Amino acid sequence: MSELFDWEFVVEILPRLLGGLLVTVEATLAGFIIAVILGLFLALGRRSENPWISQPLGAIVEFIRSTPLLVQLFFFFFVLPRYGIRMPAFVVGTLALGLHYGTYTSEVYRAGIDAVDRGQWEAAVALNFSPWRVWTGIILPQAIPPMFPALGNYLIGMFKESAQLLAITVTELMLTARVIGTETFRFLEPITLAGVLYFLVSYPAALIVQRLEARYARSR
Amino acid sequence: MQPQSTWVKSRNYVFWIIGVLMVGVAMGVSLLANPPETAPFDLLPAILRGLGVTMQLTAGGAALALVVALVAGIGRSVPNVIVRTITGVYVEVFRGSSVLVQMFWIFFVLPLEPFNIELSALQAGILALGLNVGAYGAEVVRGAIQAIDKGQIEASVALNMSPALMMRRVIIPQATVRMLPPFGNLLIELLKATSLASLITLSDITFQASSLRQTVGRIPEVFGLLLVIYFLLAYPLTLGVRWIERQRKWAS
Repeated sequence: MSELFDWEFVVEILPRLLGGLLVTVEATLAGFIIAVILGLFLALGRRSENPWISQPLGAIVEFIRSTPLLVQLFFFFFVLPRYGIRMPAFVVGTLALGLHYGTYTSEVYRAGIDAVDRGQWEAAVALNFSPWRVWTGIILPQAIPPMFPALGNYLIGMFKESAQLLAITVTELMLTARVIGTETFRFLEPITLAGVLYFLVSYPAALIVQRLEARYARSR
Repeated sequence: MQPQSTWVKSRNYVFWIIGVLMVGVAMGVSLLANPPETAPFDLLPAILRGLGVTMQLTAGGAALALVVALVAGIGRSVPNVIVRTITGVYVEVFRGSSVLVQMFWIFFVLPLEPFNIELSALQAGILALGLNVGAYGAEVVRGAIQAIDKGQIEASVALNMSPALMMRRVIIPQATVRMLPPFGNLLIELLKATSLASLITLSDITFQASSLRQTVGRIPEVFGLLLVIYFLLAYPLTLGVRWIERQRKWAS
């Protein structure tokens, strides 16, 4: 039996894998920015008094949440070019990732906004503040900080699930590992190493989120 | 409920514009589409040929996940440090990366030296799904056990129950009620994650749709139909979870 782990080979492929990790991180962060902005608008739209806005938005959120990210990636990657919308795979992947997780963050916003004390709304209405001032000055500043742990968990989730972007040829960490595997006929080191890299990023991040959670739990 | 007042209404036009724009874009896209020669439903049987595999993956993965979640969740709640460490490492490792990474590892690495464990693609898929979802399920189990009132445990000790009897008669029945909704949500995540098995050559519904894309084309119909199928499979589960949550709210 050969050596369990060929460390020279590990050192050789590490730079390529780190390059893949960089793409993963870029896709995650760009997707997260989309998800955070989109989630806010979805949450506000679903609170609309107008059923013609809140109902369709609710249906869209339910639909996106009930279908796999992988199929959504395929859908956008293969269907959009049929209508003349051509984008690099990375852009399609990032948009789909942001859209998918935007429906999840919208639920975080919804819960966060609901958690703001009712008296805050009443006081704002009594003082005749404009809606813009009520949202940006009173409600959101109180609603958003307690959401950080939940949003952090989705950021970590996006980081891990972005591996699915390999299905639409984005050379992120996992595809890099698989390509190295097929080139060298060695799968043990690249795929194990990719898993270790995912863990090395996501585990400390999860610990930070846990500490945040504990802090908000205490301050409540 | 927030106070509904006139100012909310005055901003409605913003949402109207967004809504109209979205409908407009959707209509534009569908107008640009090549009119399909036949109804999209003729593609349905070909996609549904993969339904059996999707169901096998879901059922097998869920069964494995349930067992693993109970074992690891209880293991993380016992006083024994060794058991707690082992189950803790399992949970953190499998939550540290995604199902896809673990599926690839099991499918590509396990058959090689030094493991030499030959698994069929279906076994690899079920193993990856079960172990991954099981790790999340273990946290649900642990949380439910921790949430049980201390007095219940003290009463069991006072009644001289053995730890096993206390688990079976006191802790598990109460924890089960608490675990049902999160388990339902995990089942939905599991069902969606079965689509990843198409990437390790398993011919589930996603795989069938991908091969239709290559043979028949008609891409918007194929993937549109696939999305609807997943929605029809997953949404009843979502409704079920909400129903259970409502029952619980009434009960308490």
